[in-house]
Amino acid sequence: MSHNIVEKIWQQHVVQRQAGFPDVLAIDFALLHEVTSAQAFAELDRRGLPVHDPKRFLATIDHSIPTREDRHQVHDPQALKQMTALRENCQQHGIALCDVGSQKQGIVHVIGPELGLTQPGMTLVCGDSHTATHGAFGALAFGIGTSTLAHVMATGALLMNPPRVMQVQFNGQLPQGVYAKDMIMHLIAQIGVDGGTGLVLEYTGQAVRDLSMEQRMTLCNMSIECGAVAGLVAPDQTTFEYLQGRPHAPQGAEWDAAVKHWQTLVSDPGCRYDRSVTLDIGQLAPMVSWGTNPEQAIPINQSIPHAARDQADALNYVGMTVEQAVQGVPIDWAFVGSCTNGRIEDLRVVADILRHRVIDPRVTMYVVPGSEAVRQQAIDEGLDRIFQQAGAEFRQPGCSMCLGMNDDRVPVGARCISTTNRNFIGRQGTGSITHLASPATVAHSALAGYITHPISPMAQQEAS
Amino acid sequence: MKSAIKTVRGRSVPMLLDDIDTDIIIPAQYLTQTSKSGYGQHAFARLRQADPDFVLNQPAYQGAKVLLAGANFGCGSSREHAVWAIQEMGIEAVIAPSFADIFSNNAQKNHLPLITLSAADCQRLAQLPPAQAIEIDLLRCTIAAGDAVMSFAINPFFQHVLTAGIDELDHLLAQQAAIQRFHAQQQRRQYFVRMPRGSA
Repeated sequence: MSHNIVEKIWQQHVVQRQAGFPDVLAIDFALLHEVTSAQAFAELDRRGLPVHDPKRFLATIDHSIPTREDRHQVHDPQALKQMTALRENCQQHGIALCDVGSQKQGIVHVIGPELGLTQPGMTLVCGDSHTATHGAFGALAFGIGTSTLAHVMATGALLMNPPRVMQVQFNGQLPQGVYAKDMIMHLIAQIGVDGGTGLVLEYTGQAVRDLSMEQRMTLCNMSIECGAVAGLVAPDQTTFEYLQGRPHAPQGAEWDAAVKHWQTLVSDPGCRYDRSVTLDIGQLAPMVSWGTNPEQAIPINQSIPHAARDQADALNYVGMTVEQAVQGVPIDWAFVGSCTNGRIEDLRVVADILRHRVIDPRVTMYVVPGSEAVRQQAIDEGLDRIFQQAGAEFRQPGCSMCLGMNDDRVPVGARCISTTNRNFIGRQGTGSITHLASPATVAHSALAGYITHPISPMAQQEAS
Repeated sequence: MKSAIKTVRGRSVPMLLDDIDTDIIIPAQYLTQTSKSGYGQHAFARLRQADPDFVLNQPAYQGAKVLLAGANFGCGSSREHAVWAIQEMGIEAVIAPSFADIFSNNAQKNHLPLITLSAADCQRLAQLPPAQAIEIDLLRCTIAAGDAVMSFAINPFFQHVLTAGIDELDHLLAQQAAIQRFHAQQQRRQYFVRMPRGSA
């Protein structure tokens, strides 16, 4: 009998199946951050329960931490209280914490992979909807709420029905200047913000095989933006090469045994999927969102479709009209960072575009590395100087301007082109307007002062 | 054990906007609390502040216990604060054509009934006068609104959790020995993470 990868991982983690109840699913690893964990620890304390196996947890501080140089000075007393609570809870329960000042601190979905904690075939959870990022390794990784986190902390398991599985096949070869970010934004625009509800997406096809691990993380990261439970890519040589030698990856004979097991974690030929969708990305243009959810996105060389007239609230909020082109729209802010696009490859793409150039003086640009390790690597490669010489601010690691809950916020009425994952109303700060795009498109737009990319007709016109 | 909920009776407030995300339900700037309370006053803050006539601001709908919402309600982040905020507003059930998965899981854990009802029936309920109470019967899966009775769908386990007052953590704790055995065996067979030790 042939099985898809999700069925295989599921079968390897079902502890108990009981009629009338969801399966008891064993969870291999859980990541914690300051915003969604305090109430889970409080629930354990209230019941007098210990954390079942503290080795299977790792915590970091990312969401509410400032990204300025003196970020140890947290001015928001509530945010400080939340960070202190995480420190105390980790101390009390024996959970390792990548605290501010540690060389391992960073965004939860950036540090898990770079430490080698995220591995193929695992079940991994976090109180964060972008947990599917870890699916890039062929792990079944998904976001959970605080109560479910308490279940995992207390028992090492949670209750869940087996998810349905959708194959998302990407055919073709990505054109120059087009990235995994554009692939996932294209998928979301096609199937909608609820097109993945109740489904785990398995990304397949040559275009996915061709992606680096960091690009695969970007692809899987935004699975939640079409409502999917999770998204994943079957492990292959690219996965193993990325993992080998990382601090928490197996070594020696254990490594060989691990690879042997991981190689079985592929969907069998002729396996069943509940749904399938095939997208050809050979002609894909860079994607830009125009509205107030990630489905409202178009190729940069197109205009807002006439059909969008039904989405008057979104159009009014962003101050745009149907049939208006997205290219050429002036921007006030440009943001590079987040768990979607805050890794070293993203920063290299941006640096290559900004090198020996200066961003438009009307634009404020932040480049925020996803982790201390990314920041250090960028400095070692001299990328920090490129950003600074271009007029962008290279800051300390954290979630920063992705979600408007720390000091980094887009001001009221300002328009930001951003490598993040959500363009919801006020997401980057009350009254802010967000256009989602790839790091390359953000960098080109910061230089121009308006939304653009070299493949767009306006840019071609200027070049000729 | 939690208390069982078999019916919800009260007035409803219609907010039939599709794709209401958790950032709209409770903006991130209010998530720095470490408690489960203090969110209700900020629920839907952006919609309420943007429009004084927004339905949640209208005096006629104050005290409503049932929120009538649009499709894909609760999409976006995993923040359980969204459920806590809605409950703190005094809402005891949400009716919508569809819900996002994580939001639905979170509602289940907090015993907030989510009622999946066709868009047409949601529209019918939205036409009710503000003073008209409705009654949701979670055992029969029906909604009575005046003379009209509508049927709805609910995940059977979610229904069981609500109507029998199931605490999922108690259910899991009862199986802890089996879970621990499973982890121990799994670790010997195919678990390869070199565990974090001490402080990171």
